[in-house]
Amino acid sequence: MTMTGPNGAGRDEGLSLQQQRARSAVWFLAPMLVALFLVAAWPLGRTIWFSLTDTTLDNIYGGKFVGFSNYLRVRTLDSGAMLWRGTLVDPAWWNAVWNTVKFALISVILETVLGLLVALVLNAEFKGRGLVRAAILIPWAIPTIVSAKMWSWMLNDQFGIINNIMLNLGLIDHKIAWTASNDTAMIAVLIVDVWKTTPFMALLCLAGLQMVPRDIYEAARIDGIHPIKVFFRVTLPLIRPAVAVAVIFRMLDALRIFDLVYVLTPNSAATKTMSVISRENMIDFNKFAYGASQSTLLFAILAIFVALYIWLGKVDLTGETNR
Amino acid sequence: MSGTLAHRLWTILFYLFVAVIVIFAVFPFYYAIVTSFSTGTALFEVHYWPVTFDTSNYETVLGGRQFPRSIVNSVFIAATTVIFALFLAVTASYALSRVRFRGRGLLLMAILAVSMFPQIAVLAGMIEMIKFLGLFNTPWAMIISYTVFTLPFTVWVLTTFMRDLPVEIEEAAIVDGATPWIIITKVFLPLLWPALVTTGLLAFIGAWNEFLFALTFTLSEDQRTTPVAIAMLSGASVQEIPWGPIMAASVIVTVPLVVLVMIFQRKIVAGLTAGGVKG
Repeated sequence: MTMTGPNGAGRDEGLSLQQQRARSAVWFLAPMLVALFLVAAWPLGRTIWFSLTDTTLDNIYGGKFVGFSNYLRVRTLDSGAMLWRGTLVDPAWWNAVWNTVKFALISVILETVLGLLVALVLNAEFKGRGLVRAAILIPWAIPTIVSAKMWSWMLNDQFGIINNIMLNLGLIDHKIAWTASNDTAMIAVLIVDVWKTTPFMALLCLAGLQMVPRDIYEAARIDGIHPIKVFFRVTLPLIRPAVAVAVIFRMLDALRIFDLVYVLTPNSAATKTMSVISRENMIDFNKFAYGASQSTLLFAILAIFVALYIWLGKVDLTGETNR
Repeated sequence: MSGTLAHRLWTILFYLFVAVIVIFAVFPFYYAIVTSFSTGTALFEVHYWPVTFDTSNYETVLGGRQFPRSIVNSVFIAATTVIFALFLAVTASYALSRVRFRGRGLLLMAILAVSMFPQIAVLAGMIEMIKFLGLFNTPWAMIISYTVFTLPFTVWVLTTFMRDLPVEIEEAAIVDGATPWIIITKVFLPLLWPALVTTGLLAFIGAWNEFLFALTFTLSEDQRTTPVAIAMLSGASVQEIPWGPIMAASVIVTVPLVVLVMIFQRKIVAGLTAGGVKG
């Protein structure tokens, strides 16, 4: 730990107030750090370890160390042909990676744009603003599983209201099996996710917008600058830090998505994400170690992504430097 | 004159856009409520307005043994998780927000990193631990595993709240000879109540909604939490999905959350935006 008081100085009265406080800080932090170690660091370490073994779910302690063969191994056949095996050459895994990346990129872009729009609306003064803000909190408050069920009912091919509305408006000429068909399953997941998380994005953007001093707009109006130009030249650069933080939170959330996909489009290859395929291997297919290697890869991908994002974007997540 | 016309047109467009936002946000929940009160053939015709008021779907889910049991499980699990997390977080965030020590920024980053963790990455190790402790298929499996996201979150939010409390209060207490423990319990805690309620509520919602761990760590029906129970509600056959009872169950678990969120609206927005956005 970081608090290295003078060794053996012993008595409290020998210490300055600052040292005394630093010393008590250790005891205040210790229980939390121990708890976090037990529920986060230790299981993560064990997951990585399992990914290097041939452990199965029914015999967790019976696994042997097998190196990286869950990730990639090669077998030379008698004919001399090389046979590559492992997650890194598994088409199902790469399909899941592609699904996850596609989902994360599209959903976060849509949510950011729509969230900014909604935030701009909420930042304007109009009658009933409080009601609108309350209304957009509803999708956020609804549990993901419940929203998945609500939408799978609305998107139902036979009795769903979405098909009904679109047929009435002449947008489609036959009923679509939104969640079951491979062409539309991803669209269905995206619709529900955008519906559910745009409010969160809007609130974070709104918090950023409210920091922008009002007299800037006043000055721009007097100078006769077009509002759209003001938005792109003044507002957007000012709220960029707030939006950048919101985007990374959403991105990490999107890259680990599990529940929505699991309930809305079960067993659809078109939407299966990294989290879904890892759990499937771990629990349902009894390929525990193989699933562990996939979840380790997901963790590595997220870690690299966060590091790059913070480094390239110079995003300040802790808010420490401004103090 | 053209100026006022354009202005009026702009106002109409603006309110139209507002209406679209509100309808898009509220409609699915409204439609779930409408569906939950329809049965029989009314369920399989699309109605935009409530045509029947039949409470039999509610009687089905609440009359059964499983669903009420899952509500009890969820309340117990979420409440215990939150109390545990808040208890550990109060002292930790005091140290993180008020005491200067080397590596504080790094520690904060590490805590934030844990809260953004993909839960699947700890799943394999967590299964081992839960089995080792003999807690598989008990509420304690969820209480332990939920700590991985509730604890870093509460520490993070409480730290940002505490950083904003004026230094003078603390200085006065130090001059009076108060120890850090006294400062936390007698000076900060009374000021922190609003923050604790908000943070606790947000963590409660997170625990109440969790699915991955609950799905993995429960085997028998009477141990399920509400999200798992709703996901697993099934009819006599695969083709026969009981949409009426599913919507009734959905409304039951959602209404308390919506009410709470409406009551604590402002505080929740403050809690959500605490952290990075302040910079």
